Amino acid sequence: MTKLIVNGIERTLDVEEDMPLLWALRDELKIHGPKYGCGIAFCGACTVHIDGEAVRSCQMPVGDVDGEITTIEGLGSPEAPHAVQAAWIEHQVAQCGYCQAGQIMQAASFLRQNSDPDDAAIDDAMSANLCRCGTYPRIRAAVKTAAKKLGGS
Amino acid sequence: MGKARTIARRTFLVGSVAVTGGVAFSVWRVNTPFANPLLGDLKDGEAAITPFIKIDGSGVTLITPRADKGQGAYSIQTYLLAEELDVDPLKVKTSVGKPAKAYTNFALGEEIMPGRGHILGKLMPMQMTGGSSTVPDMYVRLRRAGAAARETLKEAAAKLHNLSADKLKTENGHVILPSGEKIAYGALAETAAKINPVKNVKLRDPSEWKFLGRDIQRTDIVAKSTGTQDYGIDMEMEGLVYATVRANPGIGGGVKSFDASDATKMRGVHKIMPVAHGVAVIADNSWRAFKAAEAINIEWEPGPYPPTSAQMWKILEKNLVPGSKAIKNRKDGNVDAALKSGDVIEAQYRVPYLAHAPLEPMNATVLITDERVDIWTGTQIPDFVQKHAVKMTGHKAKDVFVHVLPMGGSFGRRLEDTYVLQTLEIANSMRGTPVKMTWTREEDFSHDYVRPMALSRGRGTVKDGKVEAFDLDIVCQSIAKSQFVRLMGSAPPIPDTSITQGGDDQPYSIPNYRVTGYKAPEMAPVSSWRSVGASHNGFHHECFLDELIDAAGADPLKERIRLLQNDPLSVKVLEEVGRMSGWTGHKLGNGRGRGVAFTLSFGVRTAEIIEVVNTEAGIIIEKVWGAAEVGKVLDPINFEAQFSGGIVFALGHAMNCELTYEDYYPKQTNYYAYEGLKLYQTPDIQVKGLENGDQIKGMGEPGVPPAAPALANAIFAATGHRIRQLPLYKAIDFV
Ligand code: FES
Ligand code: FES
Repeated sequence: MTKLIVNGIERTLDVEEDMPLLWALRDELKIHGPKYGCGIAFCGACTVHIDGEAVRSCQMPVGDVDGEITTIEGLGSPEAPHAVQAAWIEHQVAQCGYCQAGQIMQAASFLRQNSDPDDAAIDDAMSANLCRCGTYPRIRAAVKTAAKKLGGS
Repeated sequence: MGKARTIARRTFLVGSVAVTGGVAFSVWRVNTPFANPLLGDLKDGEAAITPFIKIDGSGVTLITPRADKGQGAYSIQTYLLAEELDVDPLKVKTSVGKPAKAYTNFALGEEIMPGRGHILGKLMPMQMTGGSSTVPDMYVRLRRAGAAARETLKEAAAKLHNLSADKLKTENGHVILPSGEKIAYGALAETAAKINPVKNVKLRDPSEWKFLGRDIQRTDIVAKSTGTQDYGIDMEMEGLVYATVRANPGIGGGVKSFDASDATKMRGVHKIMPVAHGVAVIADNSWRAFKAAEAINIEWEPGPYPPTSAQMWKILEKNLVPGSKAIKNRKDGNVDAALKSGDVIEAQYRVPYLAHAPLEPMNATVLITDERVDIWTGTQIPDFVQKHAVKMTGHKAKDVFVHVLPMGGSFGRRLEDTYVLQTLEIANSMRGTPVKMTWTREEDFSHDYVRPMALSRGRGTVKDGKVEAFDLDIVCQSIAKSQFVRLMGSAPPIPDTSITQGGDDQPYSIPNYRVTGYKAPEMAPVSSWRSVGASHNGFHHECFLDELIDAAGADPLKERIRLLQNDPLSVKVLEEVGRMSGWTGHKLGNGRGRGVAFTLSFGVRTAEIIEVVNTEAGIIIEKVWGAAEVGKVLDPINFEAQFSGGIVFALGHAMNCELTYEDYYPKQTNYYAYEGLKLYQTPDIQVKGLENGDQIKGMGEPGVPPAAPALANAIFAATGHRIRQLPLYKAIDFV
C-alpha cells in the first residue's frame, strides 16, 4: 500500500511502486487536472507540485514521491482562484486549455521562487511547457500580472 | 415544414412537477427541410423554441452544435444566441446537442464547393466543424434563433397578461412587463408551447449590441484556468475499464501475428483482443494497458504505400510533369509566350508531411448495451461517428448517442474517427461495460492522417521592375480522396480544390499568371490540417512571388500592393500591415530583414510581416505584424488569440517540424522529435482585424498560411539565403 497526501488529504493506493504519479492520480484517484500529453517529461501537461516544487508527474514513480502533492485542483478553485489562476482568467490565456493546468502549476512554483522575474527568467522557466495552440504571448503577460499580484501581497 | 409544425403543436403531457408543458417551435428557418432534432427528445416541462434553444422550468439551455477544439466555438455560439435572446452568456446553460441535419454546416459546404455550398449541405448534410466556418455559418442563424425565441416568449407573456407584445421588454432571462414585473423565461415555456412562433424577426443593429464586437469573456475561461474543464480523456463512470490499441503503423496494413502471452499475465490486464489492423488491451488503469500493449509482440503486414520518404519524394517528382493530369488551372494572359520572351527564373519548393498532434491524444469512451450505444468523445464529425457506429453495432441511428466533449486541440485531427471505431469494436465485444480507450502519444503520432507533403516548381519573368509572368506547378496528394473515402466510402463528385487551394485562387492581377495542380497517387493517408491546402500553397506561392519581386528589384510590399490593385480589400490589408510595421523596406542591414506574405484563404485576406535578425547563435524572430479582412470582429479577444495562435502554430512547424517515413511510419513519434515553437522563441505579435468587407469570416485558420513564407522571405532579406524547403532548421539555425 502506498500513502500519498494529495491536496491536503491522505490517500491510500494499492499500486505498483513504478506507476507514474500521473496515472495514479488520474485513473486511481480520479483527479483529472493533471493531463497526459507526452508521457516522457517533455510537454509539461502533467505538472503537479511536490512540496511546492513543479514536477512532471508522468515521469515520477509513485514510490519516489516524498512530499505533499498539490494538483491544479488544490491550487485554487473557480470561486477562489490562486493569483496565477486569476491572472490566467484576466488575460484569457486558454484556447483548448489542455496544457494550461501544467502551465499554471509551472508558473505558480516558479513565482514562489522568484517573485520579481524579468523577461528572460520567465522565458527560461516557462519554455519547457508546450502549448500546441500557441498561447505563449498571453502566458508571458499573465505570468507578469501574477508576479505583480503576488509581489504586492 | 409540415412535419415539424405538427410536432410543434402537439400537446405535451402534464407531469407532476410544478412546471409542465413543453413547446417546440421550428421557426429557425422557415424553408428548412430539416426537422428540429430537439422535438423528439423533450421531457415534460421542456420547450425547444428552435433547434438551438431549449427552455424548461429551471431556465434556458443554448445548443451550440459546432465543436470546441480550443478555438472558442462554444463561446461565440453562446454569445450569438444570447445577444438577441437577452440571457447572461456566462450563466446560461449550454449543450452541444446531438447529430442532426438541422445543424448542417452550410458554410463549410460553400468552402468545399464554392457557390454551391447549400446544395452540398443538403445533399450531404454534415454537422461538421471545420474550415473556419463556425462564425460565417452561425452568424445570422443563431442571432435569428435568439430573436425568434425572444419574440415568442414576449408573445407568451403578452397573452398571459392581456397586453400587447410590443409593450414588453426583455432583459437577462426575463420578460419585463410595463409595470416593471419580471417573468422568467422558464415560467413562460408552457404558454409559449401553445402559440404560433414568431417568424419575422428583425435582428438588432450592431450599434445596439451588448456583447458582440466588445471585449467579452470566453464562457469556458474559468474552468480552463482552474483545472475544472473536463475533456474526452477525463471521462469516468461506474465500472469503467481502460483500454489502449496498438495498430499497424503502416496505416491500413494488417496484423500477421501477435503473441500476447507475457502481456496477458501483467497486473490489471482484463483482456487482449484483435481489432481492425491491430491489437487492443483492456485493463484497470490506462498505464497498465499501455505497458501491456508494449509487451505484445506483433508482426505487421507491410503498409499499403511506399515505405520511405525518399520513395515518396520520387513519386512526387515523377508526377510534376505538365500534361494531361493537370487538375486545376488558373490561367491569365499568355504565360508560355511570356516565358519565352524573357530570362526565366525557376525554383522548386518542398514541404513535408506534418502531424496535427493536438496535446490531448485521441481517445473515446463507449458504452454499448443491447438497447443503445453511447459515445463520449471529442470529434468534429458527430454524424459520421453515428453512421459508423450504426454500421458496426447494428443499432438504429436513433439509439446511437454521440456526446461531443471539449477537445484538447485538434487542428483538423478530429475530422477522422478511427479511434472511435476501435473503441466501438472493443465495447461491442463487452456489452454492458463502459470502455475508455486512450492512445499513447506514440500511437497518436504514428496513426495521424497527416498534412500532405508537396512539391512545386515556379517559373517566371520580370520586366521593367515588375513581375511579368508567374507560373506555378504544384504536385500533391488529394486530401478529399483520402479523407472522404474513409468517412463516406467514396469521395464526393467534385473537383479536389485542396491541391491548389491558396495557390490558384489568389486575387493578384499578374499579366501572365498560371497555377496548375497535379494529383499525386495516394501515399501515406492524408487529411485536413489547419488551413488545409493553403498551409502549403501559401508557402509555394508567396516564396516564389518574392523571388520574382526581388529579381525585378521591387519592394516586396509595394509590388504586392500593385499586383493586388484590382482587389481593394486586399490592398487595404497590405497597407494596414505595412502601417503597423512602419514599413521602410525589407533589407534593413546589420543582419536584419523583413518578409511579407499574403494569402487569401477561407475567404479571409491575410497579410503578415515578419522581422528577423541574424545573430551568431542563429536567427531570432523578433516581430510579427498581421492584418486580416474578416468583415466584422465579433469577439476581439478571441480574434487576437486565434490569429496570433495561428501564427505561433505555423512558425513552429515551419522552423522545426516534419514527418519522415521509414518502414511505413514516421520516425517522429513524440514531441521531442517534433518541436513546435517554444515560449522563449515566441516573437512579439501584433494583429488587427479589418472590417471593410461585407462578409463575416472566421479566423481559426487564415492566420496560418502567410507565416511560413513571411519567415522564409524575412530570412532571405536578412541573410541573402533563399530557403526553399521546410522545415527551415535544416538550412539555418534558430536561437
Ligand atoms: S505528460 Fe508529462 S510532461 Fe508530457
Ligand atoms: S491551450 Fe491548447 S495546448 Fe495550450
